[in-house]
Amino acid sequence: MLETIAQQPILAALIALVGLGTLFGGLLGFAAEKFKVEGDPIVEQIDELLPQTQCGQCGFPGCKPYAESIANGDAINKCPPGGQATINAIANLLDVPAPELDAEHGEEADVRTVAFIREDECIGCTKCIQACPVDAILGAAKLMHTVIADECTGCDLCVEPCPVDCIDMLPVKETIKDWHWPAPPTTADLIASDRRAQL
Amino acid sequence: MKTWVTPGGVHPPENKHQSLTMPIGTLPLPEKLIIPLSQHIGVPANPCVQIGETVLKGQKIAEASGPLSVPMHAPTSGTVSAIEHRPIAHSSGMLSPCIEITPDGREQWIEHRGIDDFQHASSSALLKTISEAGIAGMGGAGFPTAVKLNAGHQRPINTLIVNATECEPYITADDSAIRERAQEIVQGISILSHILSNPSTILIGIEDNKPEAIAALKPHVEDTGIQVVSFPTKYPSGGEKQLVYILTGQEIPSGKLPADIGMLCVNIGTTFAIKRAVVDGEPLISRVTTMTGDACGINRNYETLIGTPVSHMLANSAFDEKACSRLVMGGPMMGFSLTSAEVPIVKTTNCILAPSFQEIPEDEPAQACIRCGMCAEACPVSLLPQQLFWYSQAKDYERLEAHNLFDCIECGACSYVCPSNIPLVQHYRHSKGEIQKARAEKIKSDHARERFEFHQQRIEQAEKDKEAKRTARREAAEKAKATAANNRETSAPGSAADIIAAAQARAAAKKISPEQQRAKFERSIAGAEMRVSMAEEKLAEADPNRTQEQENILHAAVESARQKLDQARLRLAEHNKAHHGEQVD
Amino acid sequence: MAFKQITSPHAHAAQSTSKVMQLVIWATIPGLIALTVHFGWGSLINVILATITSVIAEAVIIKLRNRPVDFYLQDYSAVVTAVLLGLALPPLVAWWVVVIGSLFSIVVAKQLYGGLGYNPFNPAMVGYVVLLISFPIQMTTWVTPLALLPEAVSHPGLLESLQIVFAGVSPADGVTGATPLDSFKYADGLLVDQIYAQDPLFSQAGIAGVGWEWVNIGFLLGGLILLGSKTFTWHGPIAMLATIALMSALFWDGGSSNSPGSPLMHLFSGASMMGAFFIMTDPVSSAVSNRGRLIYGALIGLLVYVIRAWGTYPDAVAFAVLLANFAAPFIDNYSLPRTYGHTDRRRATEKEEG
Ligand code: SF4
Ligand code: SF4
Ligand code: SF4
Ligand code: SF4
Repeated sequence: MLETIAQQPILAALIALVGLGTLFGGLLGFAAEKFKVEGDPIVEQIDELLPQTQCGQCGFPGCKPYAESIANGDAINKCPPGGQATINAIANLLDVPAPELDAEHGEEADVRTVAFIREDECIGCTKCIQACPVDAILGAAKLMHTVIADECTGCDLCVEPCPVDCIDMLPVKETIKDWHWPAPPTTADLIASDRRAQL
Repeated sequence: MKTWVTPGGVHPPENKHQSLTMPIGTLPLPEKLIIPLSQHIGVPANPCVQIGETVLKGQKIAEASGPLSVPMHAPTSGTVSAIEHRPIAHSSGMLSPCIEITPDGREQWIEHRGIDDFQHASSSALLKTISEAGIAGMGGAGFPTAVKLNAGHQRPINTLIVNATECEPYITADDSAIRERAQEIVQGISILSHILSNPSTILIGIEDNKPEAIAALKPHVEDTGIQVVSFPTKYPSGGEKQLVYILTGQEIPSGKLPADIGMLCVNIGTTFAIKRAVVDGEPLISRVTTMTGDACGINRNYETLIGTPVSHMLANSAFDEKACSRLVMGGPMMGFSLTSAEVPIVKTTNCILAPSFQEIPEDEPAQACIRCGMCAEACPVSLLPQQLFWYSQAKDYERLEAHNLFDCIECGACSYVCPSNIPLVQHYRHSKGEIQKARAEKIKSDHARERFEFHQQRIEQAEKDKEAKRTARREAAEKAKATAANNRETSAPGSAADIIAAAQARAAAKKISPEQQRAKFERSIAGAEMRVSMAEEKLAEADPNRTQEQENILHAAVESARQKLDQARLRLAEHNKAHHGEQVD
Repeated sequence: MAFKQITSPHAHAAQSTSKVMQLVIWATIPGLIALTVHFGWGSLINVILATITSVIAEAVIIKLRNRPVDFYLQDYSAVVTAVLLGLALPPLVAWWVVVIGSLFSIVVAKQLYGGLGYNPFNPAMVGYVVLLISFPIQMTTWVTPLALLPEAVSHPGLLESLQIVFAGVSPADGVTGATPLDSFKYADGLLVDQIYAQDPLFSQAGIAGVGWEWVNIGFLLGGLILLGSKTFTWHGPIAMLATIALMSALFWDGGSSNSPGSPLMHLFSGASMMGAFFIMTDPVSSAVSNRGRLIYGALIGLLVYVIRAWGTYPDAVAFAVLLANFAAPFIDNYSLPRTYGHTDRRRATEKEEG
């Protein structure tokens, strides 16, 4: 038996290959079972990456619905608040190429904003409360309303419904506590003579 | 005594002799003193004086706000001439609230007295004195000293380490202070020791390049149990973590404090301030600051009032602006550059360095990292700076954390040796900032998600309620129709009774039963209660960044939520009264 | 008064990349002298020719990449690559071999990957291996050491050498011959003692082959200078040499006819010392941490020995180094140092504190 196999190089090679294949296949299978990573369902993972501004610019009533839609194969470039960083992160998660932000849904803003109600103009109609996706606006009917700045995600949704246009989106100023050093120019694209001139 | 040797480290030229030729001097009073409200880690202090108010030397001008805050005191007598944003000692060059005092030149002290016999004072009383005196760590970050000492009451402290290392080149503030004030410093250490209920070991760690200071301390520590330990000069030995290791051979676990392993580190300048506060009753209004660098004709140490603008120091030190390559607060290794000379001296300012172009030339343009590993050889905490640099450039934050970026003490030893002149530390600072920002955003977005989910639930609930109402109405209408049909059989068709019945049925359908009404009220009360508690929670959260304005908004929010709750309660009460008879339960 | 916003540290050591590179170049001189003394002018011509080609190639590429040429040439890295390649090539090899090798090193192995600091492989060794595979005859013809030249034959003079290199004039008979590692490789069925007795390369030598031992001592000397100046740490070179020594001691086999040679022979012939102190210490393509470099060095030592003893090539430093370059990122992942305040080393890929 062995003799014949040894004399048939093709047969020997075949047997060796099949044997190796089975062995490693088994090993891989075992490893996959043994070291299985219990992952969040994909929707949760996508939702984690979305900015949670809940602004609806993507065309869905909030980030979670959009996450669900992405999980069902929707395009990943519809979230302007998240911008390219979010697109890249989702692309990375789903192992797909990262497209550019879809301009149809809006542009990426460079500064974060929060809503501010000019309180003496407010007529207390409560329309903004209904619009706010994260309940960041406080007030009762016919009384002055106000925005809890820390809760506000800057989604913009309350501006439109206000009948007296007393809501402004104010940019969040960088404070001394948030400040950190900017990155130095990278060596890769540094042209030495430029740097000298710049100094 | 045995000392341990830290890995890495560098030996930059010391340049300490220049500022040691003269004893500690004083400067003439500046025209204005600018006291930043935030000279420490934690919430800025709250001004407690008005513009135009006259203050006496040592008078409190700002209250501590919150546990990690310290009060501020007037460094001299005069008038408060402004409370506004000014450039302060921060690498960003940004503005921050400050109190400006115009001195009257009389240097009139407010009434003050110390504790005569601290040995018999309770440690809580001493701690209160220290915190009232506005003392925050004078070596580095400005951590409120009383808070640090208080940690000792939760965990026993058996080793007190006094940091007199002063390992940075150029700086001689501690050195000269020890030479001239050894007795008071030792007194300050005894106070500390008393507060910490006499730790078994008290060490003064000092580098061996300060023989005069060591000699000055020696006679005063005899029979006190305090040991002066000198060890070979190497930068950075003065980092808290490094010093603990050098003196005890123990490492502070990552992310922990020395107090977690029963140790406490205090800067030697702080001990002097403590002595002043406890024995003399004087708050922290001045400190020793080194004025040095070749762009200044006079290099020496000054007892400087907190709030003295750097420009005033320079003007009194024969400063030549054209010769100056940069202006640094702190030493050449860890100090930060000032963009304006109007920045005032603060409690943590140990040195103003105005080097000439020969001393510290312009930074060379960075070349590529050749992975030579010199940085790793120099790193005192055994990181791989070249890898950190690599991943910083790639913005690979996960890898950065896996490479322990947050254990980097930003000592600059790696940048110092790097033959390619890469600003490594700036890369790390940037990455740390970005990671922290991402973390903060993550928290915020998680919070927003919760709120959104809650909001959705609320809406859904409301929908359901509406739906239920609608069904009820429909059912009632059908019932009414059925009754009407029955009636039709008995009574004449098209009679008035028919119409009335239908109308009644409609009315019945429209009118909600009292139970439903009550449930509705209860729901609204529950909702209102939730809002109140949420708003209160918001208010209670000690957010260091909150401005007065935001504070007011929050207060208003709580108030209006409360009102709404009251209204809802009132309505329920009325309803209950009205339907008392119909109560089922 | 306005001042610049500059990050700390403000002070810098006087070290610079170009000084490091220059030091490396100076440190090759003892080895170069030994080569010239024992093998004639060939190596010097190689080095100069390679340097000229490399610098020109580097300048052209930098120009094409729109970078300031003088700034990047100042780092001397092209010269280092060229010198190392020139030293590794056989003396009196035809000029086009040197030129092709240099071009390949600089253009393909270095600049196409992004230039200094970004090349994953040691450029000089890439050039060398490409030549070795493409032109095996030229690359394995080595000059006979001075002491072993036949009567009445001497090494070609400078002019004659230039003619050999540039005009293709063939050198006199007996000027070329085998290397000690060749002798071992092709001396089948002989006991080590017999080889030592028969082959003049060994019989007239001190420890490891006429001429070769001096070349290696020269490079060792240069290496020690670099070590002393802290240009690199001892970890890599020592690990490599120790592994070679260990392996050759393990397989010494009492000097039987199967023995691949003694530890001394392996340490002091071929490119052992040059490899240990000048090739594998190229920091860009090696592992980064000290522990990593220990592993990296040992891996190279192991590969060198394995290929020398059982492979088809008599010497193997170039292959070994390139193979280890492949492994360097992997080694880096698992050889992080223990950071202050941590109880354990971490892995570079670890997410949370374990
Ligand atoms: S566009 Fe707005 S709602 Fe949609 S995912 Fe982005 S942040 Fe969320
Ligand atoms: S929508 Fe405008 S007017 Fe109405 S409550 Fe909101 S802020 Fe006031
Ligand atoms: S010292 Fe500079 S060039 Fe050398 S490895 Fe570190 S970062 Fe790279
Ligand atoms: S700055 Fe950080 S990485 Fe650099 S030497 Fe200091 S601790 Fe190490």
